[in-house]
Amino acid sequence: MNPALQGLITIIVGVGGCISYFYFSNLFLDKVLFPIRGTNAGKNISRANMIRPWLFLAPAIFAMGVYLAYPVFETFRLSLMQRVAGGGYEFVGLENYQKMLQEAKFWEALNNNLLWLLVVPAASTAFGLLAAQLSDRISWGNLAKSLIFMPMAISFVGAAVIWKLVYDTRGVDQEQIGILNAVWLHFSGGAISVLFLQIVPIVGLLGFAAASALVGLAVLRPMLAGRNLVAWAIPLRLGAAGAAVWLIWLSLRAALTLGFAALPYGEPQTWLTIPFWNSFFLMAVLVWIQTGFAMVILSAALRGVPEDTIEAAIVDGANPFQIFFKIKVPQIMGTIVVVWTTITIVVLKVFDIVYAMSNGQWETQVLANYMYDKLFRANDWGIGSASAMVIMLLVMPILIWNVYNARKEMR
Amino acid sequence: MDNIVGKKSALTWAVHISMACLVALWLLPTFGLFVSSFRTSDQIVGSGWWSALSTQERQLPAIRVAGDEVEKDGRFVIEGRLFEATNADVSAWGTSSQAPTKYGPGETVDLGDGVSLTVQADGVYDLTGPVSFGDQRLPRIFSTAATPPEFTLDNYKSLLLDPKNVDGMGKAFFNTLTVTIPATIIPILVAAFAAYALAWMDFPGRALLIAAIVGLLVVPLQLALIPLLKLHLTLGIGKGYLGVWLAHTGFGLPLAIYLLRNYMVGLPRDIIECAKIDGATDFQIFMKIVLPLSFPALASFAIFQFLWTWNDLLVALVFLIDSSGETTVMTKQIVELLGTRGGNWEILATAAFVSIAVPLMVFFAMQKYLVRGLLAGSVK
Repeated sequence: MNPALQGLITIIVGVGGCISYFYFSNLFLDKVLFPIRGTNAGKNISRANMIRPWLFLAPAIFAMGVYLAYPVFETFRLSLMQRVAGGGYEFVGLENYQKMLQEAKFWEALNNNLLWLLVVPAASTAFGLLAAQLSDRISWGNLAKSLIFMPMAISFVGAAVIWKLVYDTRGVDQEQIGILNAVWLHFSGGAISVLFLQIVPIVGLLGFAAASALVGLAVLRPMLAGRNLVAWAIPLRLGAAGAAVWLIWLSLRAALTLGFAALPYGEPQTWLTIPFWNSFFLMAVLVWIQTGFAMVILSAALRGVPEDTIEAAIVDGANPFQIFFKIKVPQIMGTIVVVWTTITIVVLKVFDIVYAMSNGQWETQVLANYMYDKLFRANDWGIGSASAMVIMLLVMPILIWNVYNARKEMR
Repeated sequence: MDNIVGKKSALTWAVHISMACLVALWLLPTFGLFVSSFRTSDQIVGSGWWSALSTQERQLPAIRVAGDEVEKDGRFVIEGRLFEATNADVSAWGTSSQAPTKYGPGETVDLGDGVSLTVQADGVYDLTGPVSFGDQRLPRIFSTAATPPEFTLDNYKSLLLDPKNVDGMGKAFFNTLTVTIPATIIPILVAAFAAYALAWMDFPGRALLIAAIVGLLVVPLQLALIPLLKLHLTLGIGKGYLGVWLAHTGFGLPLAIYLLRNYMVGLPRDIIECAKIDGATDFQIFMKIVLPLSFPALASFAIFQFLWTWNDLLVALVFLIDSSGETTVMTKQIVELLGTRGGNWEILATAAFVSIAVPLMVFFAMQKYLVRGLLAGSVK
């Protein structure tokens, strides 16, 4: 059958089926099962009203159950199983996890994923905040916003093509057509090159290390002061402090390597094959896409900041930077957290960008692509499921946090 | 805001300039690809897209003389052209890599044994000799030419309209459309009924259900791949459109319900209670009052789901595309082209733009609803 025709029929059947299901099931409930007449009409009404919500909900619950809830448990079950030759499965306990933990590629993927988790949400939120704040103050702000927001509509694969052109490399004797290499070849090793490619980034990295140290200390301070804390907050704080230490180590190491590196001026670089840094070139793509999202949400939050707090600050003689960092940012902290967690979820699932740009070669593997490799290339469903469970485990804190907040809000 | 104490911020210019830089940075990559999709392959290889408007003067790789030999007045002649483009302007040429710019256009050069070669300014060359060239190696021509900027729609024509082109996107375009439309429409209705129940009906377990939906909102798709593929294979759906429609419907529902419920809760209570007092059933209230009033939320979700299904690669890879490749979608086709045509930017850029164009149009036309949906959908 022609797929377009099949699609049309599916729409008609789907929509028609839905409407008739709801219409006739309601009719059945009201007219046949609990008719509103006779002696117990009143009782029947309340009975029907007990059942009706479930009629409305049934298709959705069924679809979500089959397509989202059931797979979580089934994947967990499969991660404990192994296919045996000749068909069927056998229970192998944690063996899949053990095998996975022994693979270097898995650790590479996990490491990269953690790096993605720290860099992409931070950078997207920071750029988004900057764009939101700047665009609120200028006349062409709305145009600027929609242009920065535009990458949201572009597919990850499309973005991968766009950025591959940016990173493109040609031979030394050829004209460079990737803009990054064209810019790179303009640097020749003089004072300006050292300033822009070594000193400025090193200062940035050191500043980043200092900021991480401050955040880490701020997180640990209540514990050091011996204040009583909720039990579940302690591992969370320790984890955050650990992440801060890791970040400090990474940025200091990067600053050192950059400081002593003899940069290969004049040679076109194949950006996606430089170990460690190539992950950042891939992250740039996601930051480019997600900044628009952060900007839209944060811009709405910034507009919601009460004017009188800002006026009071101006009267007290605060400069624009103080107003931004001390008045506005603290008041939209809740929204910043929401943006941060939403982007974190996107990052955990990032697959298309890596799949299309490097396919995990040159040490750029991430968990989602590692899992796809295991599933459909190595055809190892056990380890594939195990790595999917690792992704689920990483999502879990955010899931719990979201549910907790939603429940709090409903009360 | 800053004007309230009567002084204009000195930072205004800095703000304008930094915003312009930021916008330029965000626009540049897309713009580069857009420009590239209208250039010929020679032009793309010859210079970066940023110099697309200037004439390129460059030394071209050596081209070996080739063509059919014709006998003319007792001499054997091979004629041909160096470039396909007719508006090139050869400024110098040569026959060895040591002296690639030795001769000027129109010059006739004696290559020994009575063989002579002439290259005209427009790239036409002729090689003449007293005896047949037979199987001997013909000379190579090194040329330096200026080619004026050239823009063309041929990339799009060959990619979309040429049925013989194996890299064609025409089929993939329609496949993507076939996946997208039912996968956008069907979840809306299912979700709307559920959202109404969660917003306006009182029943035990409602709060728990909402919490579960908030939880499902972030469940990674990756977990669903194997179990559902297994399920589809067992049920006999296999890989195909039906499977991908069902999968997209299932994956889209939590966001749909969440968005629509949040919107419906905000509808004025009076209207719904009045209708109830007037004897309307829940089904009637839903169809006649709530659904029309929820149009903005429905539109927001429809855009989300459309963009997501159109841009999706993973779900299509797992649930739709079988080994025959008949049902390939555009994202998959582009990934394939990245592998096989990695350097042919005229093909890649055009293919990417064909797939980006529709979401971009939807984006710019319905941005208002998209923003509204984002604001409502981010879990607060």
